[in-house]
Amino acid sequence: VARRGGFGDTGGAGNGMDSPSAAGLGSADPQLQRFIEVETQKQRFQQLVHQMTELCWEKCMDKPGPKLDSRAETCFVNCVERFIDTSQFILNRLEQTQKSKSAFSESLSD
Amino acid sequence: GMESGFGSDFGSGSGGGGKLDPGLIMEQVKVQIAVANAQELLQRMTDKCFRKCIGKPGGSLDNSEQKCIAMCMDRYMDSWNTVSRAYNSRLQRERANM
Repeated sequence: VARRGGFGDTGGAGNGMDSPSAAGLGSADPQLQRFIEVETQKQRFQQLVHQMTELCWEKCMDKPGPKLDSRAETCFVNCVERFIDTSQFILNRLEQTQKSKSAFSESLSD
Repeated sequence: GMESGFGSDFGSGSGGGGKLDPGLIMEQVKVQIAVANAQELLQRMTDKCFRKCIGKPGGSLDNSEQKCIAMCMDRYMDSWNTVSRAYNSRLQRERANM
């Protein structure tokens, strides 16, 4: 399985919300451009934490108690890892299916 | 509720015709981002805790419901922090492997 770093520096799990390149935005000012890049990356991270917390809460939390017990905590950690694994698996397999078929639509109609 | 009192008039403090101060813009943007994140967190927390703590809606929130909501809020924050740490660790590991 081709190993593809689906995250790189962006911290995103291919959530489809690709920000436009900073071209045209603060392009006259490299400081602003850098700022936009950094903040965009931070926001991708934040958004994914929000999303995974929501998903993993459903899987890991029964009745909210006085503290987060170790079983629930382990579940959350596993949940994050498996979510990222899932995302990478999907990207890798999509890449493979696109390589072996001439058109993407072919693989969808399988 | 959380009101954003920051609006979008970045340039209002810079006087007429002068260059916009990028430092000021960046600070204001950071604040707006923080506000947006807090709102997002609150919205999801409210959704989750309502689901966990409120059964058949009565005429008011009774004591047990309020206690549940309070605990739920804290646990949601704990969960959020756990997820944030786990995700950060995973990213570091990915970067180290590249």
